[in-house]
Amino acid sequence: MNGAQDLGGMMGFGPVQPEPHEPIFHADWEKRALGLNLASSALGEWNIDISRHARETLHPADYLSSSYYEIWIKGLTKLLTMRGLINSSELAAGHSQEPARLTRRPALKPADVAGALARGGPCDRPIDQAAAFAIGDRVRTKNIHPTGHTRLPRYARDKVGMIERIQGSYVFPDTNGHGAGENPQWVYSVVFDGRDLWGDAADPTLTVAIDCWEPYLDHL
Amino acid sequence: MQQDGNNHDQPHDHHHEEPGEVLSPIALRVRALETILTEKGYIDPLAIDAIVETYETRVGPKNGARVVAKAWTDPAYLQRLRDNATAAIAELGFTGRQGEHMVIVENTPAQHNLVVCTLCSCYPWSVLGLPPVWYKAAPFRAKAVIDPRGVLSDFGVSLPSTTAIRVWDSTAELRYLVVPLRPANTDGWSEEQLAELVTRDSMIGTGFAQTPDQQTTDQLAAATAGQGASL
Repeated sequence: MNGAQDLGGMMGFGPVQPEPHEPIFHADWEKRALGLNLASSALGEWNIDISRHARETLHPADYLSSSYYEIWIKGLTKLLTMRGLINSSELAAGHSQEPARLTRRPALKPADVAGALARGGPCDRPIDQAAAFAIGDRVRTKNIHPTGHTRLPRYARDKVGMIERIQGSYVFPDTNGHGAGENPQWVYSVVFDGRDLWGDAADPTLTVAIDCWEPYLDHL
Repeated sequence: MQQDGNNHDQPHDHHHEEPGEVLSPIALRVRALETILTEKGYIDPLAIDAIVETYETRVGPKNGARVVAKAWTDPAYLQRLRDNATAAIAELGFTGRQGEHMVIVENTPAQHNLVVCTLCSCYPWSVLGLPPVWYKAAPFRAKAVIDPRGVLSDFGVSLPSTTAIRVWDSTAELRYLVVPLRPANTDGWSEEQLAELVTRDSMIGTGFAQTPDQQTTDQLAAATAGQGASL
């Protein structure tokens, strides 16, 4: 969707502000926000693409005025509510008001944290069909503006680029983000000349690579 | 990842703010969520402690620095990184969440690499830990793909105009680790010594590895700051 998450090429935010000797967390609540997100996702009630979509459907003004941990908490609240694990009355009260339901997976136990984090969640998947594109092929990205989840950024739509690497086959976020199946697709590293993205005023030495699922691409 | 050797058997109060401390609205909201989820048995607060401890003490940019230092000194390892970075990084024990599918990109005098995620906050946690605030914030995500030299300037670094710049926008599940150029005057240095020169920003591409001179200056500054703090 053309939401506030799709920031590439926007202007007016001012300079990047690196923070010398930055702490890992800036407040205790950020630690809990990290842990709540990871522990809640272990319940198996949603996948990473659904959680990204929950964040990008925040109102643009809300998204852009929130820190990233705030975005996480707002997205998580949406997911938990959507899945019926909590309700607005409980949120207002700050306490549970109805019994828990059975979740797809049980609560993450402290003893299982190290193993779960070390395993992660690989999302490469086998695929039957052969890759449609080869290294060196020139391609055009599709001019799509789906209202749902996609990982083709606006700045790279309807642009000509070149396949530089074939990355393997992976879960397709455009379906997986809506619970419509993993639908594995080939992923390619597609490289664009900076001037093809940004016009003649672009840095002539700039190239930008994005990872594209095959359905985002057409033969040139 | 190493085994968690800590003892989590001792429950403790997670809400240990000082008396009279006023929590911000977001802190209150997070506390409410944790309370509800705990009461319902959906989460175990001790699991949250274990997650936080992992990223505070075990998974951070020191992991990536070891990968880079080994790449600089061991040509066979560098080749394994090029062929299958996930497996080569796993040789050093670094695996898992947000590092499941790793790719290395090597800086050369002809090309500098910069990594961003314009769409969210994708970052190679297994080798760099949690992303810094600026990496997830709008200015960097907006600017990196259109004006990467401007971004470098915000970090106080500049590239020769003859060095091309390649930006990697992490739009899928591949996670990119930049192998910065090895600093001059480090011949014969051990992997351990070299790893000390590898900054987090150099592995994102918003900086370079430190030179031996910079390292000495930084160590002196840190020692001075340490003395000040102890007064």
